Amino acid sequence: MENSEKELAVLKAAANEIRQDIIRMLGTAGSGHPGGSLSAADIVTALYFKFLRIDPENPKNPDRDRFILSKGHAAPVLYSALAQRGYFKREELLTLRKLGSRLQGHPDMKKLPGVDMSTGSLGQGLSAANGMALAGRLDSKDYRVYVLLGDGETQEGQVWEAAMASAHYRLDNLTAFLDHNRLQIDGPIEEVMSPEPLADKWRAFGWDVQVIDGHDMNQILQAVERALTVKGKPQMIVAETVKGKGVSFMENQAGWHGSTPNQEQTEKALAELLANKL
Amino acid sequence: MTKKVATREAYGRALAELGKKNSAVVVLDADLSKSTKTADFAKVFPDRFFNMGVAEQNLMGTAAGLAAAGKIAFASTFAVFAAGRAFDQIRNSVAYNRLNVKIAATHAGITVGEDGGSHQAIEDIALMRSLPNMTVFVPADEAETAGAVEAAAQMNGPVYIRLGRAGVPPIHGEGFRFETGKAVVVREGRDAAVIATGIMVTVALEAAVTLAKEGIEVRIISMHTIKPLDVKTIVSAARETGALVTAEEHSVIGGLGGAVSEAVCENHPVPLKRLGIQDEFGESGKPDELLVKFGLTAAAIAGAVREVVKRKG
Repeated sequence: MENSEKELAVLKAAANEIRQDIIRMLGTAGSGHPGGSLSAADIVTALYFKFLRIDPENPKNPDRDRFILSKGHAAPVLYSALAQRGYFKREELLTLRKLGSRLQGHPDMKKLPGVDMSTGSLGQGLSAANGMALAGRLDSKDYRVYVLLGDGETQEGQVWEAAMASAHYRLDNLTAFLDHNRLQIDGPIEEVMSPEPLADKWRAFGWDVQVIDGHDMNQILQAVERALTVKGKPQMIVAETVKGKGVSFMENQAGWHGSTPNQEQTEKALAELLANKL
Repeated sequence: MTKKVATREAYGRALAELGKKNSAVVVLDADLSKSTKTADFAKVFPDRFFNMGVAEQNLMGTAAGLAAAGKIAFASTFAVFAAGRAFDQIRNSVAYNRLNVKIAATHAGITVGEDGGSHQAIEDIALMRSLPNMTVFVPADEAETAGAVEAAAQMNGPVYIRLGRAGVPPIHGEGFRFETGKAVVVREGRDAAVIATGIMVTVALEAAVTLAKEGIEVRIISMHTIKPLDVKTIVSAARETGALVTAEEHSVIGGLGGAVSEAVCENHPVPLKRLGIQDEFGESGKPDELLVKFGLTAAAIAGAVREVVKRKG
């Protein structure tokens, strides 16, 4: 199925806006994680602006789709999507990481409407997603659970405990993304502690696996649409991504995992993003 | 003689009963359902029971997800694996989010016996009570266990229920009502008070009989809730008896003894002795042999009471 040019253009523009928000938020906060937020921007955009059945007016609706950002350090990408979907005012984004803010350094479900699970300690999101998917099935609800994992995160053993369980319980109402940007704090994942071959591992664990370009909006949409048709298996979409995507001097630089742009770098990054806006 | 029932068995029964009353209750286990007695629930409600295999981190995380979607999730395994191995999952996925996960951990303490020190949780109370939002129950008999399970299901938020492998006799009469955070005076006395928890309540009652023959009347308090701590009952005991002993099948660091010491020091300091595991790991042996070796006997409690009574001056 081809997605209309118009829809793709709208989504690409939304992803660009999210990337701008990420840069503004982190430039203002002075701490946080730009690289992995930027690499996940297109996936999160597709979910929040196309697939998730959610109602910002009723964030606790029991029938809603769930999204868990298991790589919780990419909080800015989630916050921007939530703000743009109307969960709270976009100005609030600039309170990120400040005392008293609902926008904690890592997502906090008790503080911020729209956050379905607090995350931050890596490796825990998929287990929670399994629980939500099991509950949905038990209650005969048709909501879906989406979860986004980092590739470095798959070094956590709990991820594989959870991966085993998703397949064992045939959770076909669960769709996971792997943000495969190939970098972690100390360098390339293959040098620090290789979890590869990742797609093969998920397949071996009993998942339906697709590998896509995680910055090609059309591929993202098609992969999710295909995942929705899979029966009897959880679905993993391995998204090949670029850490820092969209800001030239941040791309493929491990150093931008957890350091933030100064004022000059913030302006330069925003100028680049604006220039690339459709 | 009244029949002894292990608190894990009482848990299994209470849970199956709870399942009938409350359809939101789901149960998870990590390949120990026959030992933790969650199998009783699984038999009646197979659809609401999830065996997660030998994977305790995922056990707790999945329970958190079920709770976030509206379920009351009871998660069971041995205490050493629940509180120890899955501590970060309990901290970050469960307690941080104040989710409705009830961790019912069995085989706590040294009375696990022959399995040895690797399987004997002596630090779980300390770990669990240090977590914000967590309620901690350590029932002493079947009635307290049933009450703890019911109370856990009723309250909103995470609960840790510490259960044992070994049989314990009933310590409460027919009219007993379990109240969260309300300690129970199971024997009156004015010369000293023993504050005990779990299997040590029974042992403390035995010691009281011995001491009564010597003319020392000891108040025995069953502290079935470690958190929130019943500071009022503790301070009353300190004020009215002037000497305290704590008794627990747990390290003297951070558990009941630690909690009581904190309350007493801040409010009404009196001579106090903590009985428990003295900062060491357990080992293999029969439960009764281990209780003797680690000084968790009626004789040891009686000795500690004599000591604190003497220190009153």
